[in-house]
This record gives sequence, structure tokens and C-alpha cells, in this order.
Amino acid sequence: MAGSTIHVEGLWKSFGRQAVLRGLDLEVPAGSITVIIGRSGGGKSVLLKHLIGLLRPDAGRIEVGGVDLTGLSGRALDDVRRRFGVVFQGGALFDSMSCRANIAFPLREKTRLSAAEIRARVEASLAQVGLEAVGNKYPEEVSGGMRKRVAIARALVTEPEIVFFDEPTTGLDPVLVNTIHQLILQLHRQLQFTAVMVSHEIPEIFEIADGVAMLHEGRIVEIGPPAAIQGSSHPVVRQFIRGEPEQG
Amino acid sequence: MAEPTVPAALRPLETLGRGSLGVVESLGRFGAFLGQAVGAAVTPPFKLRALVERIHYVGFRSLLIILLTGAFTGMVLGLQIYLTLSRFGSEAFLGPAVALSIIRELGPVLAALMVTGRAGSALTAELGIMRITEQIDALTVMALSPMRYLVVPSILAGVITFPLMTALFDVVGIFGGYLVGVQLLGLSEGTYFGEMQSFVDMRDIMTGFWKSISFGIIVMWVCTYKGFYVSRGAEGVAHATTQAVVLSSVLILVWDYFLGSVLP
Ligand SMILES: Nc1ncnc2c1ncn2[C@@H]1O[C@H](COP(=O)(O)OP(=O)(O)OP(=O)(O)O)[C@@H](O)[C@H]1O
Ligand SMILES: [Mg+2]
Repeated sequence: MAGSTIHVEGLWKSFGRQAVLRGLDLEVPAGSITVIIGRSGGGKSVLLKHLIGLLRPDAGRIEVGGVDLTGLSGRALDDVRRRFGVVFQGGALFDSMSCRANIAFPLREKTRLSAAEIRARVEASLAQVGLEAVGNKYPEEVSGGMRKRVAIARALVTEPEIVFFDEPTTGLDPVLVNTIHQLILQLHRQLQFTAVMVSHEIPEIFEIADGVAMLHEGRIVEIGPPAAIQGSSHPVVRQFIRGEPEQG
Repeated sequence: MAEPTVPAALRPLETLGRGSLGVVESLGRFGAFLGQAVGAAVTPPFKLRALVERIHYVGFRSLLIILLTGAFTGMVLGLQIYLTLSRFGSEAFLGPAVALSIIRELGPVLAALMVTGRAGSALTAELGIMRITEQIDALTVMALSPMRYLVVPSILAGVITFPLMTALFDVVGIFGGYLVGVQLLGLSEGTYFGEMQSFVDMRDIMTGFWKSISFGIIVMWVCTYKGFYVSRGAEGVAHATTQAVVLSSVLILVWDYFLGSVLP
């Protein structure tokens, strides 16, 4: 696989008088795991919501999977979205359904698989995330880490081409952070999807990312392989990955 | 986007303009919301299972309160109208008086108000929570229209259950009037039902029927809309729920007056 799956050019977005994204450019190579880092409130979730067509840009171009998302709506947008998997920051599990039903839902509604096939795929996917035991529980009855894993399983069960993760590990203990990272890495090897992940897990993400992009003041100020970012000379990037307090 | 600053003297005018624009905009969104729902309702795929679940949610779970309020409304009417009529010596008309006021007015209106309080508020809260926990966004990015899965089944359930709830309310109410008028106050059974039969005709029943169907649409439209566009967290959900109940109730009464003056 070659070329880029996601191509963003000059993306502007304001909420009222607050300009969140200010002419942002981003390239995500096909089949890679690209991690977006940046200050809390910096607009990472807003960027992700543009990539999945939940927010519309004020200006700029967004191309995902070879399709120009700007100006797309209705059926056409849905056709692109069928190729996506999304893990929301809070999981966004349907709380009226058991964890098992949550994972089965996209298969049941989006594919023509038989009930038996769906059951088999859901069981396999529960096993993959190590949650065979809690499949029948409801989202509010399982722990935060389990919920994140169910959300990941639900996003990946349809074997999407492009997967978006919004902070899949925030608020989890260090062991679980690594477990989920390994899980994502392993699923990535199996399914070969392109991943865009927002994360605050520094330095853990440097081990799983193919590319790291730093979002600062509405732009990607630096993007490159983990080693390059870790050794960056850009003051903002250096300060951020070392967790130094702001000066002045 | 830097907006030009407004001289201090014109600030109130600016506020007024902003407010009016806000009102027009939300009215437009409110209308477009129903338009989208109708669009999704008439195009496949149809979500029958979701519809059945909603009918259970809106209808079945409101049964008890409908039975209770229906019975007591009928009993109160039986008592009050009996006392009034007896002043003119025309107690014989208790049956039609109770039946007409329930079938034409009180049945549809009170049943709608009760279902609003019982199921409409819960529906707004449920959709609101789905909105703030991004469940609605999750549906959207799965390329599954939340309109089709959440809103259309609720509105259709309203259209189906409101007339049924109203019919139930009517029957129980008329029976409540019978209990008080006949069993307690001693009117003859034949008079109560016989006069009712000769004075109530199909037109009255149809008036009640059209009212209840339109209330079903109004209530579910308002309640799903308020839940669908919740913002600002838990407080937003609470706010939207209150607004949904108040707005539904007001619209029920306004629309009832309008229909009452238009329908035969
Ligand atoms: N729907 C919205 N309406 C108004 N402002 C918004 C909206 N969504 C986001 N914002 C603003 O955009 C800015 C960026 O928010 P965003 O959620 O993208 O931050 P983030 O980088 O994801 O932060 P975190 O790491 O804490 O999740 C914030 O200042 C927020 O107030
Ligand atoms: Mg975020």
C-alpha cells in the first residue's frame, strides 16, 4: 500500500469567535498508525470530528480514502463512513444494549451476515479483547477499561479500512494502557487498517506509532516518525513531550 | 472572524436582533427536523423492531396512569355534572354530558398530557443522554441514521399509541361517570347509556381521534427534538426535559383550541 489515505489542506474551524483550527495541514500514509498529540483543548477531537464528517470546516479540503469529504452529505457521506471505525473519547457505547449486543450491532445493521456468522464474529472479537466473561453485562456494569475495550472491539468488528481512536487509553492504569496499545498494534497487523489516534500517552505511544503529529495553536507544527519527534528541536514539541510547564 | 464592534447606544438593538435571529433559526431547525423525520419514515429500510420497542415504551408503560386518571376524571365529571344538571332537573342527560366532554375534549387532552409526563419526558432525557455521551454521533458515523433509529420510531409510536391511549381513557372515564352517576347517585343505567347513545355520534368520536393523532405527532416531535439537540451536559438534559414537557403541554392546549374551532 502506498500514498496517503488522509489528506487535509488548509483546514479552518471557528466556534463563535474562537478559532480552533487555523489552516491545518495533515497527511496520513495508508496503513500507518498516526498519533496526534497536543495540549488538552487544542482541537484534537475537533480535528477528528472533521475527518469523520461530524463537523464541517469553515474552509479547507479534507480527503479521506480518496474521497473529498467537504460538501459531501447524505448517502454519499454514508458510503465513505461505511469504511470507518470510530472509537470515541468516552466510548459512546449504546447503554441500552449489553456489551455483546453493542459489538453485534454494526454487523447486524450494516452487513448481510447470518445470525450464526454474527455470533461467531462477536465471540471471536470478545475473545480478542479478553472480555468473554462480561459479554452479557451492560456498559454501566463494567469498568472504564473494559468499556474502552468493548468500544475498540465494536469499531473493529466490521473490519474497517480506516480507524479513528480518540484517546483510547486516557484514565486507565499503566498496565491497561500497554494492554490496549498492544491490542491495537496486534489488530493493526491482522487487519492492516490505517489508524489515526489522538493520545496523551507520552512516551508509550512512541512505541506503537509510525508517525506522530503535534497539534499546536490550530496547526500541525511538526509531523514525523517517533524518533524524529522525540529528538525534535522545535521548542513547542520539546516542551510538550517533556511535560515542562509553560514559560511566562 | 473579527466582528465590527457596535457603539454602546446600539447594544440593546444588537441584542434584540441576535435574539430574533436565534428564534427564527431554531424554528427553522424545528421544522427541518420534522421534515427529515418524514423523509426517513417513508424510505426503506424500516426499523420495525425499534417501532415495537417504542410502542411499548410510549404506550404500554403509560397504561396505568391512563387508567387511573381516566377513571377519576370520569368520576369527578359524573359528580359535578350531576350536581349541575340536577339544578335544572335534567339529570337524565348526565350520560351524554360526561361522554361528550370526555370524547371531544378531556380524553385526547388529558391522555396526551399524561403520556407527555410519563413517556415524553423520559424520551427527551434518553435522547439527550445519548447525545451528550456521543451515542448519536456513534450511530451517525456507523452510517446508520439516528433519525431512522431513534426519531422516526418514536413519532410513529406516538401516532399509533395516542389514539389507543385516548380510547382507553374515554372508556374508563365513561365508566367512572357511570360508577358515580348510576351506582352512587342512583340514576338509572338505561338512562345513562341510552341518552349517551342518542346524543353522541361518529363525528364526536372522529374529532377526538384526529386530536389524539395530532397530539401524538406534536408531543413526540417536541420531545425527540429537544432531546436530539441537547448540549451542555447533564444540566442541558435537565433543562431540555423541562422544556420538552412545558412546550408539549402548551402546544397541546393551543392546538386543541385550534382544532376544536376548525373540526365539526
Ligand atoms: N461543539 C463545540 N462548540 C463550541 N466550542 C467547541 C465545540 N467543540 C469543541 N469546542 C472548543 O474547541 C476547543 C478544542 O476542543 P477539543 O475537544 O478538540 O480539544 P482536545 O484537543 O480534544 O482536548 P482533550 O485532549 O482535552 O480532549 C476547545 O476550546 C473547545 O472549547
Ligand atoms: Mg478530545
